[in-house]
Amino acid sequence: MSIDPETAARVAKLARIRVEADALPALADEFNTILGFIEQLGEVDVEGIEPMTGVTPMRLARRADLVTDGDQQAAVLANAPDAREGFFAVPKVVE
Amino acid sequence: MMDDLARLTIADARDALRRGDTTAAELTEACLSRIDAAQALNAFVHSTADQARDQAAQADVRIKAGDAPDLCGIPLGIKDLFCTKGTPSQAASAILKGFRPEYESTVTAKLWDAGAVMLGKLNMDEFAMGSSNETSIYGDVINPWRRAGSDAALTPGGSSGGSAAAVAADLCLAATGTDTGGSIRQPAAFTGITGLKPTYGRCSRWGIIAFASSLDQAGPMTKTVRDAAIMLQAMAGHDPKDSTSADIAVPDFEAALTGDIRGKTIGLPREYRMDGMPAEIEKLWAEGAAMLRDAGAKVVDITLPHTKYALPAYYVIAPAEASSNLARYDGVRFGHRAALAQGDGITEMYEKTRAEGFGHEVQRRVMVGTYVLSAGFYDAYYNRARKVRTLIKRDFEQVFADGVDAILTPATPSAAFGLGQMVDADPVQMYLNDVFTVTVNLAGLPGISVPAGLDADGLPLGLQLIGKPWEEAALLNDALVLERAAGFSAKPERWW
Repeated sequence: MSIDPETAARVAKLARIRVEADALPALADEFNTILGFIEQLGEVDVEGIEPMTGVTPMRLARRADLVTDGDQQAAVLANAPDAREGFFAVPKVVE
Repeated sequence: MMDDLARLTIADARDALRRGDTTAAELTEACLSRIDAAQALNAFVHSTADQARDQAAQADVRIKAGDAPDLCGIPLGIKDLFCTKGTPSQAASAILKGFRPEYESTVTAKLWDAGAVMLGKLNMDEFAMGSSNETSIYGDVINPWRRAGSDAALTPGGSSGGSAAAVAADLCLAATGTDTGGSIRQPAAFTGITGLKPTYGRCSRWGIIAFASSLDQAGPMTKTVRDAAIMLQAMAGHDPKDSTSADIAVPDFEAALTGDIRGKTIGLPREYRMDGMPAEIEKLWAEGAAMLRDAGAKVVDITLPHTKYALPAYYVIAPAEASSNLARYDGVRFGHRAALAQGDGITEMYEKTRAEGFGHEVQRRVMVGTYVLSAGFYDAYYNRARKVRTLIKRDFEQVFADGVDAILTPATPSAAFGLGQMVDADPVQMYLNDVFTVTVNLAGLPGISVPAGLDADGLPLGLQLIGKPWEEAALLNDALVLERAAGFSAKPERWW
């Protein structure tokens, strides 16, 4: 499996990271080096083996269905690059 | 002399504070002045001197009143990955520039509750992705150690490179680190200090900026094994805010340091004897085994057959989790947002923000993670890696079931290398630094790096001990025996 610049562009798009067209061939090369390293996993017999979901066997904790937090609007917005009138502001999303 | 106070271990400082030989205020000033004089190391990147002085004054009141916790009045450095309320916490990334958390991570909150003093935030690889502290927006950390007769700048390792350099150079008594694939143990080995990665779930991950959530674990980076026990005591414990934090009792780690390991069985995994391993490392490993044998342990050869596949599995799982965790950096809620051009919509905002905000290594890992999780490749890469992870954990379970109590390995495949030395190497070469440590994260086990000797250039080398899940107490005791027998007391010569 080899990654071409077109595939690299698609991955960058999925990751929402802008990569200029002239940087795509080098990026594709790096992907190929890393994926070439990962390909070794194909040698392992994994027939009948469960994929690990959690390293420690545990039952996910549950808590009482109660309101325990809230009323933190100012704290939630404090670090926003653009907050207006109690909301996060973003470029227009819907035409 | 005041300067010498910063050289104290936690245990010695604790005892000196209780005897009234010194005060938290004096200890804190000693560290602050050493930090000021050590800018060349680039270890501390955000100073919290005012907060440190306030905390020290409160600690002195508490100590005088009696019954203060062990860490009361002890000045610490905190890795930039920990969210600390009101103090910049940016994971050494441009994308979190200006971010001042409105909350405190559970681990640091526990340290402050115990009376510890925060000196400042420590440099690291961006989002903890790196093994040389060269991916930081703050610039490289310089290892206080140099090769004999050379002034070439060496890496302190990574990702907790600032923590390691700060402890080794006596800028603080100890520091927090985090370890996803070796990020506590490898820098500890490169700087001649002790670094402990606890069992996954021992310390809460809440408020620690996430890299790979199924692997990340916080731990202490200290001057001695005893200090690691004392500091872990304060960091550990169940936290309802982290659903993977274990609801089990935290034992008294320091009380377990008996120095007696007679009758214990220590395994030496044959797969860790790698082609091209430097003879010095192989020799150190054999010496370490002999030290444990002399202390009354039984040393046996063991096999961990899937070791070879740990790094490739890690480089699927960690990027996959990172691509998901780092999706939150969208330019909306915190940190950097790119300046937009006329007509740019929300997609352009995301793409430009993330291209500007993430460094090269982080971008690469996020994209590799995106790829292995994408439709058509999920089974071939991600699911296969998770199955291999099951097998890696099973290897350890088998060895422990056969009666092995702990495993001894080298901590790293080399001593500290030169900054810039790996610039032209492909990324996989850098990843090989974690070859001895990454299995421990995949299996969720506790592991500790103990300084055990110097190489021919006078640089420190570490040995790693790996323990059973939740048995950090026994592991620390094994490490104490190794520490005593190795008698490592070298310090970097001060050039900064």
